[in-house]
Amino acid sequence: MLNRFMQSRLRGLMVLALILIILPAFLGNPFHYELVIQMAIIAATVVGLNLLVGFAGQISLGHAGFFGLGAYFTGIATGTYGWSSVPALVVGAIAVGIIAWVVGRPILRLKGHYLSMATLAVGFIIAIILNNERAITGGPDGMPVPALDLFGWELSTFGQYSLFGLDISGVQAWYILVSVVLLLAVWFAQNLIESPIGRALRSVKGSEVAASVVGVDTAKYKSLVFVISAIYASIMGGLYAHFQGFITPAVASFEFSILFITMVVLGGMGSTLGVILGAVVLKLLPQVLADFQELETVMFGLILMLTMIFMPKGLLPTITAIVSKRMRKKAGGEA
Amino acid sequence: MTALVEVKGLDKAFGGVHAVEGVSFAVEAGQVYSVIGPNGAGKTTLFNLITGLYIPTKGEVLLNGESTAKLEPNQLAERGMCRTFQQMQICMNMTAIENVMLGRHLQLRSSLFTTLFRLPSLRRNEIAARKRAADLMEYVGCGDYLDAEASAMSYGALKRLEIARALAAEPKVILLDEPAAGLNATETAALEELIRKIAAQGITVMLVEHDMKLVMGISDRLLVLNYGRVLAEGIPEEIRQNPDVIAAYLGG
Repeated sequence: MLNRFMQSRLRGLMVLALILIILPAFLGNPFHYELVIQMAIIAATVVGLNLLVGFAGQISLGHAGFFGLGAYFTGIATGTYGWSSVPALVVGAIAVGIIAWVVGRPILRLKGHYLSMATLAVGFIIAIILNNERAITGGPDGMPVPALDLFGWELSTFGQYSLFGLDISGVQAWYILVSVVLLLAVWFAQNLIESPIGRALRSVKGSEVAASVVGVDTAKYKSLVFVISAIYASIMGGLYAHFQGFITPAVASFEFSILFITMVVLGGMGSTLGVILGAVVLKLLPQVLADFQELETVMFGLILMLTMIFMPKGLLPTITAIVSKRMRKKAGGEA
Repeated sequence: MTALVEVKGLDKAFGGVHAVEGVSFAVEAGQVYSVIGPNGAGKTTLFNLITGLYIPTKGEVLLNGESTAKLEPNQLAERGMCRTFQQMQICMNMTAIENVMLGRHLQLRSSLFTTLFRLPSLRRNEIAARKRAADLMEYVGCGDYLDAEASAMSYGALKRLEIARALAAEPKVILLDEPAAGLNATETAALEELIRKIAAQGITVMLVEHDMKLVMGISDRLLVLNYGRVLAEGIPEEIRQNPDVIAAYLGG
């Protein structure tokens, strides 16, 4: 019974939901909540990026560009033009999806280093535009973003709300929101992976030639997954903008793109829960190593390198393999 | 009756080297048609041209009377052409049965919406596809490996897995590039049996192979290549007695 549950498709999702339910018991103050909410937003972004990098085997070193576009679209639509948040997020996602498709079509023909360079350039161009279009984006000084409103119900981090008769603070309401969003992000990603589309995506990584001779239009699927991962980034960027209440072009920066990729590689390429762990670890690290703030980028580079050398499968898959090996040994010893 | 696969004056040059030069032949539906020749004769290049992986320098290939000049490999698969490789192309990041289910790709069209919400229609199709893939793995003789990681399978089993994947696509014509390479005598005998079974189903088989005993035994017709050119073409008996072939390949 327990065994069957462990093998079920939804196991990971259940574990994640359980953690998200229990976690508030350990969150003492608003600062803790803030950190966890940022983690969840970024985790959902890398779950999307992992579809591209971990499953389809393509690379994007400019993914913060799409995150930044989503953030600024939401900021400008709600702040400057007075839209409400939901249409801003949806239209932003569609717009970013279209941009990703237009950009992705030509550059995804490239492979390896060339694709890295092209996506890197895409990220840089977006960051430069956000920096320079001062009249629209506020330039390097950034811009304020109004509080999130969900169908007329304003969700501010400073607010006080009541949910089913329970008094909760603004950050707690946000925590619930991003938990639901993260679970949805994981659920969609898992459904996508365990489907004919998901097999086609993984076959692009496994053997593009094999994929094409059984009828997979590899160019189409590469574009598709690029667009999907960009849409993930755009929506999470929009939520991030609302949560922070203020955005600067740093959200689209190269450093941010590298952070995303490092999370995927560290957590485990092709492991949806793994990359969430990667996001948690790399978000916590700067808190722990506050004294080495200037060396942050160097640290990330070092982590990326060490992971590639010593556990190329990433944190979670490596831990899982060790644990299951131990368990098998133990079971073997008893028998 | 038009041929299922017709090759007309096919030419492929890599720089100054003509890997395939002026090759023409026709394969009728239901035949087992083999391409033989010494190493470097252009056999695999010929297969790569037929399956759209290479673009010919000159000439064309007709599939069911339609020119394949502008078609990508995946579009050829849609028209019923599937193949295996001498250098096996297996997705090592998947399990064995997932590799075979990948072969069902064209039969398993589902929308993004259906996929994201994992609607019941998708679940039903997946169960059916898995069943079909399991049957095919049994059929080719690697039924013991269903949920094994492809990377954990033996060479011989992977060769059969590749055939199962090609068959999963329900091809009209299947091209096997050196399926017996690296197999021992028992495995080769099993392969011969398998090719006969596939042909008996009405699937046209095209074969590149070195194992003479295997080729002579199962082929309806043979094409002999030497330095990229056609040396001989005909039924096995004619080929066996052709003096040019004996000199160039069978070694007298």
